[in-house]
Amino acid sequence: MSGALDYTKSGAPQAAVQHLTALQKILLVIAALAGLIFLFLPVSSDTPTITVGVELTLFGGIALLLITAWYGWSAWLDRFSLSSAVLTATVSFFGASTLLNVVDNIQPAGGFWAGTIAAWALGWFAVERLAAVETRHTLLKWFLRVLIPLAFGVWLLILWELLTKGFNVPQVLLPSPSAIGQRFVSSTATLWVDFKQTFLKAVLIGYAMGCVSGFVVAILIDRSDFLKRGLLPIGNLVSALPVVGVAPIMVMWFGFDWPSKAAVVVIMTFFPMLVNTVAGLSASDQIQGDLMKTYAASYQQSLFKLRLPQALPFIFNALKINSTLAMIGAIVAEFFGTPIVGMGFRISTEVGRMNVDMVWAEIAVAAVAGSVFYGLISLIERVLTFWHPSFRN
Amino acid sequence: MGSGAAAGVANPRLRDRIWPVVVILLVLLVIWFVAAVGLNMPFQRDTYERGNKENVPFSQMVTDTLNQKRPVLPAPHQVITEIYETTVLKKVTSKRSLIFHSGITLSTTLLGFIMGTILGIVLAIGIVHNRALDKSLMPWIIASQTIPILAIAPMVIVVLNSVGIQGLLPKAFISTYLSFFPVAVGMVKGLRSPDTGHTDLMRTYNASPAQTLWKLRLPSAMPYLFTSMKVAIAISMVGAIVAELPTGAVAGLGARLLAGSYYGQTVQIWSALIMASLLAASLVGLVSLANHFVLKRMGMLA
Repeated sequence: MSGALDYTKSGAPQAAVQHLTALQKILLVIAALAGLIFLFLPVSSDTPTITVGVELTLFGGIALLLITAWYGWSAWLDRFSLSSAVLTATVSFFGASTLLNVVDNIQPAGGFWAGTIAAWALGWFAVERLAAVETRHTLLKWFLRVLIPLAFGVWLLILWELLTKGFNVPQVLLPSPSAIGQRFVSSTATLWVDFKQTFLKAVLIGYAMGCVSGFVVAILIDRSDFLKRGLLPIGNLVSALPVVGVAPIMVMWFGFDWPSKAAVVVIMTFFPMLVNTVAGLSASDQIQGDLMKTYAASYQQSLFKLRLPQALPFIFNALKINSTLAMIGAIVAEFFGTPIVGMGFRISTEVGRMNVDMVWAEIAVAAVAGSVFYGLISLIERVLTFWHPSFRN
Repeated sequence: MGSGAAAGVANPRLRDRIWPVVVILLVLLVIWFVAAVGLNMPFQRDTYERGNKENVPFSQMVTDTLNQKRPVLPAPHQVITEIYETTVLKKVTSKRSLIFHSGITLSTTLLGFIMGTILGIVLAIGIVHNRALDKSLMPWIIASQTIPILAIAPMVIVVLNSVGIQGLLPKAFISTYLSFFPVAVGMVKGLRSPDTGHTDLMRTYNASPAQTLWKLRLPSAMPYLFTSMKVAIAISMVGAIVAELPTGAVAGLGARLLAGSYYGQTVQIWSALIMASLLAASLVGLVSLANHFVLKRMGMLA
């Protein structure tokens, strides 16, 4: 603010200073213009007088004031990335919540959408400013790493809700998040049964069997150069094939219940694990192997003390790839025949009955389960391979 | 060629790379035959019992198990005969021609793959140039793949159909969703691969971000692009096949799989599966060829 700090503008290294980029300025201008339009256009087309409430106008006024004031003092903004982000984010989410409150009761018109655009541009601006924050504070860094994607996701949901409700998109096409949420809460029993059938039985059992057998085979063929040379290209090829196509065969062999789905998962996860483990076991440097030799280490010692730890990043890579493959395999296999329970079964039948909100509820379960599964594996990877360059930064 | 060992000594490439693969493939083929006999045996015994045939010689029994009409596991020669009959002997326009169905799956795959690749590159360029996108979008791109899109493929197809989007596009969207991911992730890595010395040099030239992108970042990202495109085209094919399931088994390799599973036509399932594998392998091979050619022209091939 004072002239004494102006040297920061000449590019002297000071981490806290982040100048506004062209994009951020454009976002502010968009927010300001949309906020202005919002004040003058009617919010609703079915009610001539504004019955929406004072708060809506208030929000516009506050937003407009703040934006113009801030834009004039962008030099001040430069120095306070975090606080400007927090302020704009607050205004943005306050505006969004007001819009969400009224969208049920009115037929939105130009002013409403201008307000949406203003709030959205402010939200993006806030994310831009948050991303520009540089800090050595570990806790704050972690917080930001979670907060930024979260803000993005929440805004995606808000836009989804506003657009589907504002434009009266039919439920059959795309239900609003709130409708999906209601459906989710009202049918937790069904969702849990499906989850148990598909995830806890087919996915987890198949995943464990496929990964373990891929790993064991990789260790077994490790000593034979001939087998490695023969199996590796075949394994690589199989990884590129549409393996999920074996689903109808497995359903014929193992019946309709979960074992057939688990079998599909086993086949899908086996080869990525095999190929990655074999590649990982040969990842250690020549010189490290030589060192083990000078220690007179046995095959087992060098396997457990050198090569397996070195292979861990590769093994975790396979575990991560397999976590998504397993979900896909189990659900797709249910399209080819299943008892009347399971996520894949529910999805295909509810689509037929046009209960799209139920389908989305199942998708939400699958997405959360998949993300948690993936996240858990990443967490274990972080703990076990803390020495790897990608985690040391 | 002479004996295997002699040829192996003469040609190290043959000895080290091709020979082991051939041996393993032969072993797998033998296992397949044995498994086919073993798995089809119970049904054959049953048939003999019903036909009141006794003391059938073992050789006769093996031949019979390998030539059942609806075997539990068809023998390789049955699958090959089926593929031959449905490709060479049928007209291409016929609904029974496997080439007809492969063509449909192939066009969906390619359309989805092209859209996915473009989307992936655009996202990667955005992520590399904008910090907010990097921090906010990247986690969601990874999370997007934990959603089993193949599971919602039926809904996407049905919904898009009701909006009036029909034909290849809805199916291609599934492929796009799957294939953009490896391209985006690989390209982000690739666009960031030029080392600091090079980017600093561009800065001393006062190059704009666009110039840096065209003259430095994109060329050095090429190897990454092709590696991810290999993954993308394979997964795009999976998307295309699964997307064909809910269209009511009308056309495409996925439809052949579904129809085969409805009517217990195991030979048909296996031939569709083998065809899909051949198609996927040749598509990946084509991308590898393009990779080799482009990198050679750019002088990047080691």
